[in-house]
Amino acid sequence: MMKHRLNLRVNKQDFEVFVKPKTTLVDLLRDELGLTGTNKGCGTGECGACTVLMNGNAVNSCLVLAVEADGAEITTIEGLASEGRLDPLQQAFVDEGAIQCGFCTPGMILVAKDFLEKNPQLREEDYKTAISGNLCRCTGYVKIVKAIKKVAEGE
Amino acid sequence: MSDKKKYTNIGRSVPKLDAVEKATGKAVYPQDTNLPGMLYGKILWSKHPHAEILKVDTTEAQKLPGVKAVITAKDMPPTKLGFAQDNPPLKGDKVRSLRDEVAAVAAVDEDTAEKALEMIKVKYKPLPPVFDPEEAMKEGAPQIHAEAKGNRNKLHYAFEYGDVDAARAASDVVVKHRFKLPWVKHCCLAPYSCVARWDESGKLTMYSPTQIPFLYQRDLANILQMPSSKIRVIQPTIGGAFGSKLDLYPNEVICAVLAKKAGQPVLLTYTREEEFKCTPSRQPVIADIEMGAKKDGTLTFRDVFFILDNGAYTSWGATIPYVLMNSVTSLYKCQNIRFDTAIIYTNNMYSGAMRGYGNPQGTFVVERMMDILAEKLGLDALELRLKNCNQPNEVTPQGFKVTTCGLRECLETVAQRLDWKNKRNKGQKETGTLRRGVGLASYIHVGGGARVYRSDGCGAIVKVDDFGHVTLITGSTEIGTGTETVLAQITAEELGVHAEDVTVVNDDSAIKPWDVGIHASRTTFIAGNAAREAAAKVKAEILKTASELLEEPENKLEINDRKVYPKKNPEKTLEIGKVIRKAHFRQHGQAFMAEAFYDPPTEMEDEDYRGNISVTYGFGTQGAEVEVDTETGQVRVLKMVIANDVGRAINPMLLEAQLEGGLSMGVGYALLEKLVVEKGEVLNPSFLDYKMPTVKDMPPVEIVLIETDDPGGPYGAKGIAESGTIPTAAAIGNAVANALGLHLFELPMQPEVVLKAVKAKLAKRD
Repeated sequence: MMKHRLNLRVNKQDFEVFVKPKTTLVDLLRDELGLTGTNKGCGTGECGACTVLMNGNAVNSCLVLAVEADGAEITTIEGLASEGRLDPLQQAFVDEGAIQCGFCTPGMILVAKDFLEKNPQLREEDYKTAISGNLCRCTGYVKIVKAIKKVAEGE
Repeated sequence: MSDKKKYTNIGRSVPKLDAVEKATGKAVYPQDTNLPGMLYGKILWSKHPHAEILKVDTTEAQKLPGVKAVITAKDMPPTKLGFAQDNPPLKGDKVRSLRDEVAAVAAVDEDTAEKALEMIKVKYKPLPPVFDPEEAMKEGAPQIHAEAKGNRNKLHYAFEYGDVDAARAASDVVVKHRFKLPWVKHCCLAPYSCVARWDESGKLTMYSPTQIPFLYQRDLANILQMPSSKIRVIQPTIGGAFGSKLDLYPNEVICAVLAKKAGQPVLLTYTREEEFKCTPSRQPVIADIEMGAKKDGTLTFRDVFFILDNGAYTSWGATIPYVLMNSVTSLYKCQNIRFDTAIIYTNNMYSGAMRGYGNPQGTFVVERMMDILAEKLGLDALELRLKNCNQPNEVTPQGFKVTTCGLRECLETVAQRLDWKNKRNKGQKETGTLRRGVGLASYIHVGGGARVYRSDGCGAIVKVDDFGHVTLITGSTEIGTGTETVLAQITAEELGVHAEDVTVVNDDSAIKPWDVGIHASRTTFIAGNAAREAAAKVKAEILKTASELLEEPENKLEINDRKVYPKKNPEKTLEIGKVIRKAHFRQHGQAFMAEAFYDPPTEMEDEDYRGNISVTYGFGTQGAEVEVDTETGQVRVLKMVIANDVGRAINPMLLEAQLEGGLSMGVGYALLEKLVVEKGEVLNPSFLDYKMPTVKDMPPVEIVLIETDDPGGPYGAKGIAESGTIPTAAAIGNAVANALGLHLFELPMQPEVVLKAVKAKLAKRD
C-alpha cells in the first residue's frame, strides 16, 4: 500500500511521517509517535477517550484520518503541562478526585480545555453539554464536573 | 464519634497517588505496551451459536507474509477453563455460542492478522440452538454440554431456614410476582488487552489487567500445564474492571500460546465490538418471589426461585446466587426463608462477575416486593422497613454475625432528605402529563472481606529507608478505585508519616505477597488491616531504637509528623530517618522492614450456605425522586440521596467517588442499559446503541456518610466499593411506582416499558 508523506506539529514539535491512507490520527499518535496518552476506547467516535485538539478544536482522533492532519497543529494530553507545571484543568482533576481508572481522563480534560477557552462564561449546564460526548464509567461524572467548574470559576 | 482521635492521614481527602500520571497521559495501560518484536493477536469467532466443527483449515492463513503464528484447538493443551472446567480456550469439536474462539493469529500488524483470519476456512455442521433458559430446561431441548442433563449446570444453590409453609399459612398478607432482569455490560472504557512474553528459559510474563493476579497465575499454570513459578503476572494500569477481570478467560491463554508458538511477544486487544460481544456480562435473571407479613408489618416469609441464564460456559456468573442469596436471607429481619435456583446453559454468551455480584438483582427483587407488600398492608413503606430493620449484634438466617449496623440511621436520613413524609404519603401535584414520586431501597453486603475461597487473606510488606521514606508492598491491586492511596494513608497513619511519603508497589506477582484479589469490596478492609499490621511492626522497631537514643521508655514516646518525641516533652524530637540511620549504620546494624499477612477471622459457608463469611457487613439506603412523563414514558431522576454506613471514611473524597460512580452504574441498570440479545447475537455492541449513562443522565446526588467505627476494620473502616450500585435500581423502581401508582417488573425501565404499563392501567380503568 502506498504511503503518504505528511507534516504536522504535535505538542509544539514538528514531525514528518509516512502513513497508509487508512491510518487514523489516533493510531498515528499512538503507534508512530508513541503518544499513548491518547486512549482508544471504541475507534468509532462514540466514547471520546481519544479526544485531542486539532488546530485548537477538540476532535475524536479516531474519526480523523492521519492524512487530514497534514499541516495541522495537534495538542495531546502530553502537551498540556508546561515546564513541569500541570495545566489548571489537570490539577483540578487531580485535586477534586475526578480521576479513577483514568482512561477517559485525557479526553475529558482536552474537551473541557477546548470549551473553557472558547466559552469562558459557561454555566454548569454548559460544562455538562461540553463533556456529554465523553463517557466515563468510574466516576458518575460528579467530580469531573466539579473540577471543570473549579477552573471555570477561577477558584 | 466520641472516641474520634486526631488523625493526620485518616479522614483526609488525599488525591489519588496515581492521578498525576493519569492526568498527564503517562499511565501505561496494557494496550500501550510496546516490546521489541511485539506482534498483534486476533481471535476468530464462531459463525454459529451451536454447531459441530468439522474442519479448520489454516493453510492459506499461514502462508500470508507477516503471519507469525496460527493456532487452533490442536495447539492447546486438553485442559479447560472456568469454575466448572467446561470452557476450552479454543474450541475443537463444537461451538456453543457466537463468541466461541475457533482459531487465532499473531502477525506483524493488526491488518495482517485480520486478513489472515479471513483466510481460515472452518466447516461447521449447525446444530439446533436454544436461547431461552426456560426452553432449555424442557425435555427434548438441544443439549449444550453432553454431561449437563437438561442443560442444568451442576452448580445449584438452595437454602432453607425456618418453616416457610407454616409461615405462609400464618401470614395476613401474601404477595407474589415474577421479575425479569437483563444482560448488562461493565463498559470498562479500556477494551480488554493483554500481552504475553516468553523468555529463553521458558518463563512466561503476562501483562494483564487481571483483578486476581495470584489465582490467575495458578489457573494459567494449570491450563498451560506448567509450574506457576514460571509465570510472572505484571498488572499495568487497569482501565476499568468492575468484576470483568475476576476470572482467567480464553483470550489470555490464547495470547500466551500465540506468543510461545511465534517466539515473539504478542499483544491481544479487543475492539469495542468484541468487548460487548465476547466478555462476560452481568447475569440476567428471572425471579419468582413470594413474600408475606402480619398485619402489623412483621415479615413472615420469603420464598424465591431464580432462573439464571448461564450462557454456554461457566464463569463466575453461575456463582452469583451465592451473593444474591444474601439480600433474600439477610436484608431486613425475616425468619422463614426458602431460596432455590436453576442455572441453565443456553447458546448465549456466558456471564460473569459484575459490581455487586448478584446483589443488585437480589436487592431489586426484594426491595420492590417490600413496597408492594407495604401497599397491600396499607402501611408506609419506610415504616415497614424500620419495623424489620437489621440491628447491631444480630445473627441473620445465613449465620452472618452483624457487628456494627447503621441501617436505621441510613433509612431515616434518606427519608428526611427526600422529604418523605410530605412527598410520599400526601402524593404530589400532577403537572400535565408529568407525575412525581419518591422511593427508597437499602442493601446489605459484605463489608469486612468475603471468605469465598479458603483464604481471604492479603499480605503486606512495609519498609522504611534511611531517610524515612516508606514503601508499602501490598498483595492487593489498584483498579482505579483508589485503594493504593487509602492503603498509603493507613500505613502512614500507623507510622506517623504522611500518605505522600509512601510509595505503594502493587503490580508484580514476583514482588508482592499473596492476595486473593480485588473483589467483594474487600481491599480497604483486608489489605488495609495487613498494611496496618506490617506498619505497626516497623513502628515498634523504630520506637525501640528511639527509646535508646532519647533515653525514654517506648511507651512514653509518640510518633507523628515524621518525628519521634517523648509525649511529655514534644520539643525533644528525632526525625524518623535519623533514628533509622542510627540503627542502620553501626555494628550489627538493622534494616527496618516487616511483613504481615492478614486473614480475617471468618468462616466459609457450609454446604447449607450457613457461615459468617465477613468480619462485618455494610449497610446503606438510597432514595430517589423521579418525574415520569405519562405521555412519553420517560423517567427523569430529579434527585438521589445516599446514606451509607461506611464504618469510617479513610478518604472521604475517594469514598464519595466510589458511591457516585456506583450510583451512575445503578442508574444505567434502572433506566438505560440492556444488551439486546437475539438468537445468541448481541444486536447493540456499541456505545451508540447500548446506552450507558452520560453526564446528562446523572442526577444530582446527596451523600451522607454514617460512621459506625467498626471494631474489626482498619481505623474502623468497612468496604463500600460495590454498594453504590446495589440498591439504586430498586430505589428508582419504587419511586416510579409511587409516581404512577403501578408496578413495573422488569429492567431497564425504558420509555416503552413505562408507556406499556401506563396504557395497560388506563385500559383497565376504562
